[in-house]
Amino acid sequence: MISCANLVKTYNIGKDNELTVLHDVSFSVDTGEFVAIIGTSGSGKSTLMHILGALDRPTSGSYVLNNHDMLALSDDELADIRGRNIGFVFQSFNLLSRATVLRNVMLPLIYDNVVPVQERHARAEQALHAAGLPEDRWDHLSNQLSGGQMQRVAIARALVNNPSIIFADEPTGNLDSKTGEIVLDTFQKLNEEHGHTIILITHERYVAEHASRIIEIKDGHIVSDSQNATPRRVHMTS
Amino acid sequence: MHFSDLSNETYAALVGNKVRSSLTILGIVIGIGSVIAMISIGQGAQESVEDSIESIGSNLLMVYPGASRTTGMRGVSQGAGSAETLTTEDADAVSSSIQGISGVAPEVSTRVQIVANGNNTNTSVVGVTDTYADVRNITLDTGSFITASQTKGYAKVAVLGPTTRDDLFGENTDAIGQKIRMNGVIFTVIGILTEEGGTGFGSADDRILIPLSTEQQYITGSKAINTLYIKVAEDADMDTVQSNVTDVLMKTHNIADGGTADFTVYNQADIVETASSVTGTFTLLLGAVAGISLLVGGIGIMNMMLTTVTERTREIGLRKALGAKNKEITFQFLAEAVALTTIGGVIGIIFGWGTSTIIGAVSDLSTSVTLSPILLAFGVSATIGIIFGWYPARKASRLSPIEALRYE
Ligand SMILES: Nc1ncnc2c1ncn2[C@@H]1O[C@H](COP(=O)(O)OP(=O)(O)O)[C@@H](O)[C@H]1O
Ligand SMILES: [Mg+2]
Repeated sequence: MISCANLVKTYNIGKDNELTVLHDVSFSVDTGEFVAIIGTSGSGKSTLMHILGALDRPTSGSYVLNNHDMLALSDDELADIRGRNIGFVFQSFNLLSRATVLRNVMLPLIYDNVVPVQERHARAEQALHAAGLPEDRWDHLSNQLSGGQMQRVAIARALVNNPSIIFADEPTGNLDSKTGEIVLDTFQKLNEEHGHTIILITHERYVAEHASRIIEIKDGHIVSDSQNATPRRVHMTS
Repeated sequence: MHFSDLSNETYAALVGNKVRSSLTILGIVIGIGSVIAMISIGQGAQESVEDSIESIGSNLLMVYPGASRTTGMRGVSQGAGSAETLTTEDADAVSSSIQGISGVAPEVSTRVQIVANGNNTNTSVVGVTDTYADVRNITLDTGSFITASQTKGYAKVAVLGPTTRDDLFGENTDAIGQKIRMNGVIFTVIGILTEEGGTGFGSADDRILIPLSTEQQYITGSKAINTLYIKVAEDADMDTVQSNVTDVLMKTHNIADGGTADFTVYNQADIVETASSVTGTFTLLLGAVAGISLLVGGIGIMNMMLTTVTERTREIGLRKALGAKNKEITFQFLAEAVALTTIGGVIGIIFGWGTSTIIGAVSDLSTSVTLSPILLAFGVSATIGIIFGWYPARKASRLSPIEALRYE
């Protein structure tokens, strides 16, 4: 599904503060995997995710997603791929604060041009169920929710267009450990029960251990890539 | 992105920031409203000037004593009394020797102190003949007009304008048969003119008409007249009659061909044209002032849109991450600007219309709302919305999604 080779990302090319953040990053991810990318702050994780998520382009290297040569596509084609094949979950949720939960979840569908308008509502409800947000919250404004609930709305939004892959950048970073676990449990369920491919980015080993494969990145190099035979389980009922 | 999505997003964005949206709309409302109100005042002025000039009488030629100095209005405004070259004989010469004329009405006018009923007033006393009523389209409210025999017999009779009657005898009293004194001479009131309203040329309600001969005898003490009105029977003959009048008067004044005439002949078209061009300039000026406020309203929109773009940078990044194309971001912000100007435009039209109606109702100014300033104001505001919204919209759409998402 994902296959990238020799990815290099250099910021501020040609200027005094030129900085190469990714060096020769190569790996691939299969459909249905739950991969954690771990590394200290500043190691280049977000930069890598932006490239994999078609939000940014690498300085050099190659990247194929779902048989698309991503570096050959135009900005509009990349936008289409983001809209149809990719879901994002951000550390800071990035919800429209003055919009209801349902409007937030349906937001990707207005750019998608595939899902018929009359199906949007059903899609959003499905996604909210999958993300585990109780129904009595769906008509709330998103800024009236707790952090954990906000992140579930964000997850539902990432799911709503049935993406082939979900990127989550420090999704538990703004949550307390208990709510963080609920979110991680949700990702595990999405992966195991619904078969979603997930790439989870974190600087915490504990969080990474919920995934079934862990790639470690340091100063823009991959330093290890191993299967995690016994993903950490969340022991709670929610 | 469907149109319904675009309008939903626009609605949500504008309602999400009610105060700022309202203030921006207010700017446009004032801009468009003032364009419409100001232009309606200007056009109203233009129409009322044209109306009152037309009320002088149709197919009218006016002869003033003295040579023409400049054109049009200037001659009209200072023609009366500036020279004494026109006399009652000229009036007779014109009416007896020129074809195509349906009436000739000489006029002499001067301001006189009038005493009646213990009241005092100072107003224009106009000496006229029996033809005056027809030539100048004057009608009587009560009583009768000056007759030919009264003119011949130096009768001491007077026809009062309604305002003069009110001043001297009290509002709407029956003044027929009452006496008034001017220059020590006692006159009997024989008629009251119909109220004309307005303050245009020659349509004042506050005047007194007396026989021309009487005025020349007892008040001005001279044979001179101020104005000679000539009513032409057929529209098409205006130019011919005008040149015949000139020829006849040149002859009776013994002025050789090529000499400078000591009188001036105007026709109504000249006067309407000059007055219209003056009020047209006035309209343009008002429009320009209003246009500036429209521009200020447009800059208000741009200001709001730029602030919005900055404030919503993260939202723009998010939308792009969720699949929005540059074009869709541009459209969204453009739609907000266009919605603001459209709402402001519609309210502004209602506001401008209302304002001009109120001004027309409570003041002496007459106003006239026509379609063209509405279309103009709306067109301008739509253009402003697009142009002033385009730049912030482009700016928003060109943000890179990650830069936008990182923005604090
Ligand atoms: N747009 C940019 N311009 C210049 N430097 C950047 C930019 N984005 C990230 N960096 C730098 O790249 C490095 C890696 O950043 P990032 O990928 O965000 O790391 P992580 O997510 O692992 O904390 C950091 O040193 C950061 O300062
Ligand atoms: Mg990061």
